[in-house]
Amino acid sequence: MKNKFWSLGFLLVLVISVLAACGSDSSSTETKSGDGESKEKEQVLVFGRGADSVSLDAAAVTDGESIKVTQNIFETLLNFSEGDTTVQPGLAKEWTVSEDGLTYTFTLEEGIKFHDDTDFNAEAVVKNFERWSAGAEDEFYYYNSMFKAEGKNIIAKVEAPDEKTVVFTLARPQAPFLKNIAMALFGIASPTAFEAAGDKFGDNPVGTGPFKFVEWKRNNSITLEKNENYWKEGLPKLDKVIFRSIPDNSARLNDLVSGAIDLADGINPSDGLQIENNADLQLIERPSMNIGYLGLTVTRAPFDNKLVRQAVNHAIDKQAIVDAFYDGRADVAINPMPSSISGYNDEVKDYDYNPEKAKELLAAAGYDGKEIELWAMPVPRPYMPDGAKVAEVIQKNLADVGMKSKIVTYEWATYLEKAQNGEADAFMLGWTGDNGDPDNFLYTLLDRDTIGSNNYSFYDNPEVHKLLIDAQSEVDEAKRIDLYKQAQVIIKDDAPWVPLAHSTPLLGASKSVTGYAPHPTGSESLENVSMQ
Amino acid sequence: MLHYIGKRLLHLIPVLLGMTFVVFLIIRAIPGDPAQVILGQQATEQAMAALRAKLGLDNPWYVQYFEYLKGLLTGDLGESLRTAQAISSEVWPYLAATFELAIFAMILAVIIGMNAGIISAWFQNSWFDYVAMIIALIGVSMPIFWLGLLEQWVFSINLGWLPTSGREEVRDPINAITNFYLIDTLIQGRFDQFVVAIKHLILPGIALATIPTAIIARMTRSSMLEVMRSDYVRTARAKGQKMFIVIYKHALKNALIPVLTVIGLQLGMLLGGAILTETIFSWPGIGRYIYEAIGYRDYPVIQSGILIVAFIFVMINLIVDILYTVIDSRIKYN
Repeated sequence: MKNKFWSLGFLLVLVISVLAACGSDSSSTETKSGDGESKEKEQVLVFGRGADSVSLDAAAVTDGESIKVTQNIFETLLNFSEGDTTVQPGLAKEWTVSEDGLTYTFTLEEGIKFHDDTDFNAEAVVKNFERWSAGAEDEFYYYNSMFKAEGKNIIAKVEAPDEKTVVFTLARPQAPFLKNIAMALFGIASPTAFEAAGDKFGDNPVGTGPFKFVEWKRNNSITLEKNENYWKEGLPKLDKVIFRSIPDNSARLNDLVSGAIDLADGINPSDGLQIENNADLQLIERPSMNIGYLGLTVTRAPFDNKLVRQAVNHAIDKQAIVDAFYDGRADVAINPMPSSISGYNDEVKDYDYNPEKAKELLAAAGYDGKEIELWAMPVPRPYMPDGAKVAEVIQKNLADVGMKSKIVTYEWATYLEKAQNGEADAFMLGWTGDNGDPDNFLYTLLDRDTIGSNNYSFYDNPEVHKLLIDAQSEVDEAKRIDLYKQAQVIIKDDAPWVPLAHSTPLLGASKSVTGYAPHPTGSESLENVSMQ
Repeated sequence: MLHYIGKRLLHLIPVLLGMTFVVFLIIRAIPGDPAQVILGQQATEQAMAALRAKLGLDNPWYVQYFEYLKGLLTGDLGESLRTAQAISSEVWPYLAATFELAIFAMILAVIIGMNAGIISAWFQNSWFDYVAMIIALIGVSMPIFWLGLLEQWVFSINLGWLPTSGREEVRDPINAITNFYLIDTLIQGRFDQFVVAIKHLILPGIALATIPTAIIARMTRSSMLEVMRSDYVRTARAKGQKMFIVIYKHALKNALIPVLTVIGLQLGMLLGGAILTETIFSWPGIGRYIYEAIGYRDYPVIQSGILIVAFIFVMINLIVDILYTVIDSRIKYN
């Protein structure tokens, strides 16, 4: 047994020497071995985010964390402008629309190559659309959601009359067609690559974008490197982008402060001040395109009574909530969509915070004092940074006007399913827009058709339904805006929600990061970013 | 001995089978629909139904269960619903990451915990004894989440000695071969990266080692105290043996059996229960792999992930039982 004693001792010596080595070698990360010593310093950006991507096949995903990466590998025919969702040229440099709104003709940039050195041309675009349109709904979810209605294709055909021209023929006019085309989900992939890879394309994406895919260590990091043959002169500026998943918000902030990452999203509003006060860091605000709300399930008593819903709207002190839990970095919401979206009705007046009025309305409604369940969101989201605390304020506000409530919460997947089944009385939820179109808020969240998916409050008004459906195929922009304005007036009066806030999602970055322009949709190309 | 091991391995079958069954039922009893989670908030009912059919989730649960068992028997752990990757190929990097961290933490815990326990017993009721046992008490009750953040704040942000999170310096990534980064870096002769990998291990290692260290220290102390009152220890001392030799050579050997049991159990816990540490330190391990799978209702990953952890847990227990006979020749299995 002497051996055991000595081996234990040896281990102890080993550990101590390793620890000592660490202490004395604090500069080792700088002195990288290997080649490239003579080159000027590599421009590397490490982007810390809350979760890993699911797949890197742009058209096959629905989650923001996947799109954040694919947007740098693939490009779309059209792009959104830097700070909003007006469309700009992308892979297509020009486009024309026929008078009836049924034919769109795009002229493509020439001389662009995919990362696998095959040519980008009209034929490649056609093949991408054919791939998406042939795929089932669970395969290319967004294509189906944007370009199919009741199982029928809205895009009747896509043709390539020559190398640089693509013609889309629609079965019926679709007002937000160009915006839809600009969504990062419809990034054009190399047909050679996706035909060869089959359903494994998401592990090895090939596009035309500023960065090429290098490596994916699941739940850990995704590495992209500069596309040396990128068609835009002088771009991208970075040599490498590394996306790291760091699930805990506080730990991600620690990583940013210590310099392990250069850019972090999902910063808690309460941590904003700490970043602003740190000389090495900068606080970046993403333009807001979201809504956080308290939904009132209109099929459940007491919220089946409009007067009760209006009373709740009067009872909640929204300004206090925004000040306390969004650190003032949010606007009080009046309509179901933010004011940056075209069609926003700024003539709609909000229910003012007025407990007396609320009590009167409750009395008029004959509210019997039944206790309600108040559902608190279990996960932080930019539109709802701290569900539990906001719920406590709402509970107090409701108690002040004589409505008793019990706060309940469930794990997130359970929460969504139960709410979708209409099991909640009042629940917190929110939405971040996909393409900046009013349809993506009003129809998606409050139409009769979306009950069972995103219309969690089961709101069903035939008049609103007609307005929203008409607006979908109305090509005249002014008429379309008018339809949405009318819908907002009716929705305000029916009060299926208490719209709470349009928040400004926060990011933190090292001072050396320049040229980063966060986009309201939640993801953006990093081609202009550089490290000073 | 071989006979004993064979019998124990046979006993594993009903244990693991029962476990797959319980896990299978529990995850299906909780609400939440994988199709909904995969397709996102916008999904329509048709899309979800199509996806459920494709994934076989529309079959009755017992059909799904037997399909799963059939796969297991042919060595097929199933495919992740979310990433569409085979679990058997996907799981290794996570498992290796957790092994590396857990073994590192366990080495820390054994060295510190056992020595603290021995010295406390040696100098019972001294100030060292009191301080060590108070620290051990704090260690047992320490919330790991908080400890991890505190470590980051002190050692990474304020002192700048150690990295905050992750397994490697992402700007200079480690080329994975075995996925044990300490081994991989040595194979490739990258001693600079080896040091970086060690540095990344220290903070999560300490966080993870805290509770086992405290438990091992307390267990060693009480076990040592008992042994040191026995006759043979008194005889050894009467012979004029040095106290150090008496304790580390004669007493420790007999005091080791209960300590070994605790070490085995704790190592098993570390492998499966490192979720909090793995989350705080963004450590891409098996705990987080399963935890995230629960959020996504990724049934096959939850089932097979727990199965793997359970398998390792029972295997460690088996090894501990065998080690008893090595340490104490009076113990025999027939």
